[in-house]
Amino acid sequence: MFIVETKDLTKTYGDITAVDQLNLHIDAGDIFGFLGPNGAGKTTTILMLLGLTEPTSGTAYVAGYNSTREPLNVKRITGYVPEKVGFYDDLTAAYNLTYTARLNGLSEVLTNKRIAEALDIVGLPKAAERKVGEFSRGMKQRLAIADILVKQPKIAIMDEPTSGIDPEGIVQMLDLIAKIAKERKMTVIMSSHQLYQVQRICNRVGMLMNGRLVVAGLLDELSKEAMGSSQFSIEVKLTEITQAVIEAIKRISGVLSIERSKDKLSVSCSEDLRPQVARAIVDAGGLMIEMKIQSYALEDIYLKYFREG
Amino acid sequence: MRGLYTIFNKELADYLMSWRGIILFAVALLVTIVAIYGPAGALSNIRAQLEEPTQYGQTQFVFLTLFTTSGEGSYAFLFFMTMFVVPIVGVVLGFDAINREKSSGTLSRLLSQPIYRDTVFNGKFLAGIVTMAILLTSIVLLVAGLGMRVIGVPPSSEEALRLFLFLVLTTLYGAFWLGLSMLFSILFNRVATSAMASIAVWIFFLLYTLTGFIPSAIANLRAPISETSTTQELIRYATIQVTATRVSPIYLFQEAMYVLLAPGTRTATEYLQIYASGAEWMPGPLPLGQTMITIWPHLVTFVAIAAVCFGVSYYRFTREEIRST
Repeated sequence: MFIVETKDLTKTYGDITAVDQLNLHIDAGDIFGFLGPNGAGKTTTILMLLGLTEPTSGTAYVAGYNSTREPLNVKRITGYVPEKVGFYDDLTAAYNLTYTARLNGLSEVLTNKRIAEALDIVGLPKAAERKVGEFSRGMKQRLAIADILVKQPKIAIMDEPTSGIDPEGIVQMLDLIAKIAKERKMTVIMSSHQLYQVQRICNRVGMLMNGRLVVAGLLDELSKEAMGSSQFSIEVKLTEITQAVIEAIKRISGVLSIERSKDKLSVSCSEDLRPQVARAIVDAGGLMIEMKIQSYALEDIYLKYFREG
Repeated sequence: MRGLYTIFNKELADYLMSWRGIILFAVALLVTIVAIYGPAGALSNIRAQLEEPTQYGQTQFVFLTLFTTSGEGSYAFLFFMTMFVVPIVGVVLGFDAINREKSSGTLSRLLSQPIYRDTVFNGKFLAGIVTMAILLTSIVLLVAGLGMRVIGVPPSSEEALRLFLFLVLTTLYGAFWLGLSMLFSILFNRVATSAMASIAVWIFFLLYTLTGFIPSAIANLRAPISETSTTQELIRYATIQVTATRVSPIYLFQEAMYVLLAPGTRTATEYLQIYASGAEWMPGPLPLGQTMITIWPHLVTFVAIAAVCFGVSYYRFTREEIRST
C-alpha cells in the first residue's frame, strides 16, 4: 500500500502536455525527491495530488483518497508549502500560524502549544509577535515549515522549499526537513531542480522531464546501478600537496587521472579506491584533512536529460 | 461551517483594524458632516415646512426629508450615498479580495487547508457585507442623531421603520458593488487592474445616470419627438428614456430609495410623478406596504444582479487553478 500513488496522471493545457501519464509510487515514511528542471511538471503534479487542479485524465491517490473526488480528506492529512510561500504580511507570525490551526479545527490550547513548539524547532522562537512583513525570505521559508509542524500532517508536500535562500540556509533547511521527517515519521515530498539537495536528504527519487517520469526508485539502488558503468571522483584535501603524494597516487592501479587545484586533488578512478588512496598519501608523507567520494552517475543522467529537454 | 467562521472572523478583523477600515470610517464621518451641514438651506426649508403644513400631509414625514433634500450647492444625502459613497465603499472592500491573496502567495496555502474553496469566497463576501452594514448604520445613525439636534423633531415609528428598510436595502446595493469588485478580483490577477475595472464600471454608470446622454439617444432613435408631437408620443419617448436609464444600477437604486424615503412620491417613474402630484384624487402619502409594492421590481432586480455577480464569481473561483505564482 503506497501512501501516494498516481495512475496515468495526465494534465494538458491546450496543446501542451504538462504531465504525461505519470505513475508515481511513494511509501509511507519516504523522503521523496521530485527532481526535474523548471517547467518539467513538478508543480502541476503536486497541485493534482492536493486536488487544487483537476487532472485531464488519470487519478491521484493520497493515503487511499482520490485527490479529485475527496480533496478535503486529502487536505486534512497533508501539509503544503507552495513554491513562493506567502503569509499575511501585516499580521504576526503567531497569528498566521493560528489561522492555519483554526482552519484545521485545532483547540485553542493545542494551537498555542504547537505554535510555541514549532517556532522553537524552526529557530524562530523570538519572532512570534513580529509581523511577517519584516521577515526575510529564509525566515518565511522556516515559518512555512512551522506552519506544517502546527498542522502535523501525515504527508508534507514542499514545492522548492529551498528557492530564494542562501547556500548556508539551504543546508540548514534541508537538514531541518530531514530531521522533522524522521522524528515525526512524516512522509515528505520535496521538489527541486538541484540534484545535490535531493541527494542530501531523500531516500527515493523521481526524475521528471517534460511531464514524463524518466527515472524513479530508491536513491541507493539508483546510485549502485549507475555506479557499475561509471567513474568515481575522490576529492582529497591536504595540508600540503607534494609531488611525492601525486606520484604515489598515480601508481595505484585503477587510477585514471589526477587533477590538482590549490590545496585539493581530484582523483578519477574506475572503482572505490578510498582506502588505497589514503594509504598512498600517508606513505608518501602527506597529511590529509578531508576525503570525499562522489559518484557522478546520477548527475550524468540528470544532465543528459536536462540537455535533451 | 468552522472554516467559514474562521475566515469571516479574520477578514472582518482585517477590514476593521487596518488602514482601510480607518479610512472608510473617516469617510463615513465626512459624509455625515456633508449630509448635515451641507444642506444648510434645506434645514430652514424643513423648519418652514413644519411651520406651515402644506397639502397632502407632507409634514407627516419631516424627519425623512433630512435624507432627501439638498441645499444650495450641495448634494442630498440620498444622492450622495447612492452615487458615491456606497459604490466606492463596495469597491474598496472587494477589489483585491482574491488577487491579493494570489500575489502574496497565501491563497494556495489557504486552499490546501481542509476547507471548501467557496468557503474562502463566502467568508470574504460575508465579512465585506458586515463591514458595509456597520459603516452604513453608523452613517445613518450619525445623520439621524445630528438631524434630531438640528431640526428638533424625532422620527416617527414609520419613519424609523423606513430608515431601517433603507439601511437594509442600501446594504444590499452595497453587496452588489462588493460582489462586482470581488468578481474583478477573481478575473484579473493584478490588483491594480481589478481596481481600475471596478472603478471604470462605477464611473461609466455614474456618467450614464448623470448625463442621460445614452438613454436620450436611444429614445430619440426609437421614438423621435418634435414640437408637434402628441402626448402619446411624448409619453412613449419618456418611457423609453426612463427604461434605458434604469439599466444603470445607480439610477435604479436611487429611484427606489427616493420612493422609500419620500412617501409623498406615489410612483417610481419620475415623469408620471408630474401627473400624480397634481392629482387631487389621491391625496396623502403612500403607506409603507404600498411603497414596498411600488419598489418591489427594483428590489428583485437588485437581488438578481447581485446574485449574478456572486454566481459568476463562485463559478470562476471554484474552477480556477491555483498556482502560487
